[in-house]
Amino acid sequence: MIIRMAGVAAAMLVLAACSSAPPPGAGAPISGGIGSSGGRFAPGSQQDLAATAGDRVFFAYDQSDISSEGQQILQRQSEWLKRYPQVSVTIEGHCDERGTREYNLALGERRATAVKNVLVALGIPSARIQTISYGKERPIVVGSDEAGYAQNRVGITTVNGG
Amino acid sequence: MTGSHVAARAVWGAFGLVLSMLCVPEARAELHIDITHGISQPLPIAIPPLIGEGENGQLGRDIAGVVTNDLQSSGLFRPIDPKAFIQDVSTGGPPQFGAWRQVNAQALVTGVVQTQPDGKSRVEFRLWDVFAEQQLAGFAYTTTRQNWRRIAHIIADEIYKRITGEDGYFDTRIVYISESGPAQNRVKRLAIMDQDSANNQFLTDGRALVLTPRFSPSAQEITYLSYAAGVPRVYMFNIDTGQQAALGDFPGMSFAPRFSPDGNRVVLSRSEGGASNIYSLDLRNRSLSRLSDGTAIDTSPCYSPDGSKIVFNSDRGGSQQLYVMGAGGGGAQRISFGSGKYATPVWSPRGDLIAFTKIGGDGGQFSIGVMRPDGSGERILTSDFLVEGPTWAPNGRVLAYFRGSPTDKSGHGGGARLFSIDLTGNNQRELATPGDASDPAWSPLLR
Repeated sequence: MIIRMAGVAAAMLVLAACSSAPPPGAGAPISGGIGSSGGRFAPGSQQDLAATAGDRVFFAYDQSDISSEGQQILQRQSEWLKRYPQVSVTIEGHCDERGTREYNLALGERRATAVKNVLVALGIPSARIQTISYGKERPIVVGSDEAGYAQNRVGITTVNGG
Repeated sequence: MTGSHVAARAVWGAFGLVLSMLCVPEARAELHIDITHGISQPLPIAIPPLIGEGENGQLGRDIAGVVTNDLQSSGLFRPIDPKAFIQDVSTGGPPQFGAWRQVNAQALVTGVVQTQPDGKSRVEFRLWDVFAEQQLAGFAYTTTRQNWRRIAHIIADEIYKRITGEDGYFDTRIVYISESGPAQNRVKRLAIMDQDSANNQFLTDGRALVLTPRFSPSAQEITYLSYAAGVPRVYMFNIDTGQQAALGDFPGMSFAPRFSPDGNRVVLSRSEGGASNIYSLDLRNRSLSRLSDGTAIDTSPCYSPDGSKIVFNSDRGGSQQLYVMGAGGGGAQRISFGSGKYATPVWSPRGDLIAFTKIGGDGGQFSIGVMRPDGSGERILTSDFLVEGPTWAPNGRVLAYFRGSPTDKSGHGGGARLFSIDLTGNNQRELATPGDASDPAWSPLLR
């Protein structure tokens, strides 16, 4: 997901460069380095979170354990959240369609809580983090195959009011 | 035989229907379908239009049509094409059994529709054993004309009961979730229809995502899950008033609601700290009792019909399996031990079986199956890419469930439809809905 977001950002830069009338600041050097989206997105926004830290962690089938890759993403999310202490977030828990509806609601909640617990352990106040489960009701991608299912077994950190 | 001696009389209050039993001689019960072992040959039955003057003639045809459709849908009866009929019943008079034997009818339904001086309709029907030349059942119903479909379903239930020895299930409704729109932003509405798909109504407008409706024992209320307040919560919908209200006042997600058999409680799951446990909410005083305790996912609870036990699914042992505990909570016994995961247990209204959704086995397919309450006698009724959420017809002989299809990368497919299937695994048929549909729940008999 990080890779894909970076790809999107790169494509946007190319478009800006090709534009006959580049918007002001388009050619300005990117500042901020690692841990910042470099001003491409509004600071503290959902897009900023996604580009800077990655806004989602993926899970194995019927599991809610956070992988080491997920841990790294949540580490970056926690740093980002500390930079924007006014921001509160809701963790959405999602499941693939290969489970029953009610169990998946519970599993989505368990995944969202697993993400929240890591962020709290990394120093983010519990009061800044809500959870909600969508079970298998709001798939992120369509397609009844493993590639699609893998994208849908996810905890997404969403910026409230963003 | 033609005398309408009134042997019994009953009035169903809200429905305003008066029932009179017409004289039935002691009949040898020759005409009988044994429905417990699967049906080899559906019973040929002739259902000519009920006789009536003027507009009652049309009503008689309509009633016969609904009765025909009900009995046909059960898979146990084979209504004979009216084009084959020899006797013209419209002239009245007693059945000419020889003429009905010629068209191979084993059973015959006759009836009369009349308008009473008070404007109400009186619908009389008789069920005949063609070979024994005997009346098997006879009833007269008096009600307002607009109730004609229910009269037809009640007649079909009487015929079913007289021939099979089991209660019917035609005078019932099904509540379900109507689905529309793309998979990623699916619109889901609470909807209700008669068991034969007539009188479909949408109960919610689709603004809030709603799931998993269940009837109260009176069939006047529906408990379900709604995202109306943002967080998924258990709600109650009153069919008479159209009122919707969140049930209970406690934090976090509540889901998977079902009524207790006496209607006094709703059993549900609540999520806290990633765990989901089972609670019972007393509707009389709104007190909440915790019935399971742990870090597992305990959900999809369902009372036994006597109210003494609860079956649910839990992953406490590592994978999702079925457990039975007392209605007051406490220790639970695992009852499912086959390969794969087990979910959505629903206790048969007869108490003898528990239906479930099974995931896994070959190719990760979904199945609908049944087992005895002690876990023995597991039997799969149907399997597919996605079949989920069985619900029992009130006689415990037929189940409804939903079947979903896979989606491709462009979002095509992914529809869901309701189906019914006989307990023997035969007679699978779609329950027609205006669009995609899921999460069916069958009502009790309405009377």
